[in-house]
Amino acid sequence: MNLLRKNDLKMLVFSVALFAVLQVLISERILSSFWQLNLVIIGINIILAASLNLINGYTGQFSLGHAGFMAVGAYVGVVLTTNFGVPFPVALVAGGIAAGFLGFLIGLPTLRLRGDYLAIATLGMGEIIRIVIMNIQYVGGAAGFKGIPHHTTFAWVFFLMLFTLFFIKNFVNSAHGRACLAIRENEIAAESMGVNTTRYKVMAFTIGAAFAGIAGGLFAHSFYLITPASFTFMQTFNYLIMVVMGGLGSITGSIAGAFVVTFISAALASWPEFRMIIYAVALILLMFYRPQGLFGYMELTNMGFLRKIFKKGGDANA
Amino acid sequence: MRELLKTENVSMVFGGLKAVSDFNIKLGAGELVGLIGPNGAGKTTAFNMLTGVYQPTTGAITFDGENIVGKKPYQVTKAGIARTFQNIRLFSELTVLENVKIAFQSRVKYGLLEAVFRVGRYFKEENAIEAEARRLLSIFHLEGLADETAKNLPYGAQRRLEIARALATKPKLLLLDEPAAGMNPQETQELMEMIRWIRKEFGLTILLIEHDMALVMGICERIYVLEYGEIIAEGTPKEIRENPEVIRAYLGGEG
Repeated sequence: MNLLRKNDLKMLVFSVALFAVLQVLISERILSSFWQLNLVIIGINIILAASLNLINGYTGQFSLGHAGFMAVGAYVGVVLTTNFGVPFPVALVAGGIAAGFLGFLIGLPTLRLRGDYLAIATLGMGEIIRIVIMNIQYVGGAAGFKGIPHHTTFAWVFFLMLFTLFFIKNFVNSAHGRACLAIRENEIAAESMGVNTTRYKVMAFTIGAAFAGIAGGLFAHSFYLITPASFTFMQTFNYLIMVVMGGLGSITGSIAGAFVVTFISAALASWPEFRMIIYAVALILLMFYRPQGLFGYMELTNMGFLRKIFKKGGDANA
Repeated sequence: MRELLKTENVSMVFGGLKAVSDFNIKLGAGELVGLIGPNGAGKTTAFNMLTGVYQPTTGAITFDGENIVGKKPYQVTKAGIARTFQNIRLFSELTVLENVKIAFQSRVKYGLLEAVFRVGRYFKEENAIEAEARRLLSIFHLEGLADETAKNLPYGAQRRLEIARALATKPKLLLLDEPAAGMNPQETQELMEMIRWIRKEFGLTILLIEHDMALVMGICERIYVLEYGEIIAEGTPKEIRENPEVIRAYLGGEG
């Protein structure tokens, strides 16, 4: 029991140290503003990849509606801060709750579907959300929502990202998370072992949507303007690539995937045509040589030398 | 003997096909009963109806004084019926220990927030589950494989893991669907002893489907014979062996 807390503590110390280093780099202006923005984007993408991984990688439900939930969180957040002067953290939480609630409503009927059917249904739902927003004049319609206060700082992103990872890690290592894993592995067996499959599918979907909503709020408050075009299904595919590249069912994988993908697209920002080629080549090579992704079903904390630092306590790792 | 399970005129119709019709069985608490029949007779369909995977077209199933028709599989499990599968259905990418832990699902009381923030009942319950799961694994000689991925286990060990996992749900009635399938005579012999032993140790009632006649005749106290979805005979192993209807069903011809 104490072992688990100790691992959490070690992770926290490591994270705070990392944060301190990055924060110094930012405030001393060693990093250009371009890379500062990219650090923020990486953090937001980690939240999105990890939350999508909870649905697709851990629970095995192929969802493609993530950008839609992100949009809900973003728009609820900016309306609250800009039009009603609500404090930023409250607006973020409200955006997360709104996205989670919508995820619950959408998940209840669609999660009866399996595989490709679920993918198509969630893809459609994500697009419906975007098109509905596009037609609401109150939030600027297709022209977008202007005049958003710039609230998102690196500190907000970093610590909310940490909270997301902590939440998902502990969820996955509990009986509730095990139920989700069981559904992924074999739904019929899971149900006959006493797992209420509908309940846990909807639970994972709701949690994933809620974190996507929070990420959406952070994303929106990094810019002056957001438009519905920022939340197309191409965005969802972007997050899906991060999850698949990093490894389904691995939190370390989601971090690595979000980092690598964001980094590649930022580093190659001046050569957009090369970017798509390198993307494609990287994915093809990965599917050939490591189809399970960089960290398929594995966590950094129980690999190699780090295993000694983060001793496994019972089943719950890191 | 107290009556644990009773089915009354249970039928299952798929489209125009009557897979099982007028299925009537009774199990007393503590009995070890076999269900045999040629391939396609409807044995697994019967199991699927008993466990809520299929809802019977007509009829009533009473388990421990409670009607279980209309219940979902996880509710049936909670009521006290556990099963294994003809084609093994383990959680193959998870470890052996995790496979067993999942079966404690219906007894977990801590909520989502307690799990995420690891407060309240979380550690107490998780430690209890861990200890109980390891104890079950050691009964089935799987303790050394606890951290192994389930798909890497040899076939016999996978069968044993399935039984261990079913027992972790704390059932009153255990349904075994061809537990000896693919086992050699030596393994089958060990399995027979194990089935006898777990019945005694866990105070179980067992209903098993099996094609291995040596096993069925060797351990079952009573046997039901199913053919074309209908029960054609019922009795002790000796009665079944001498029943002309059964001989006809198995060997063909006029009997």
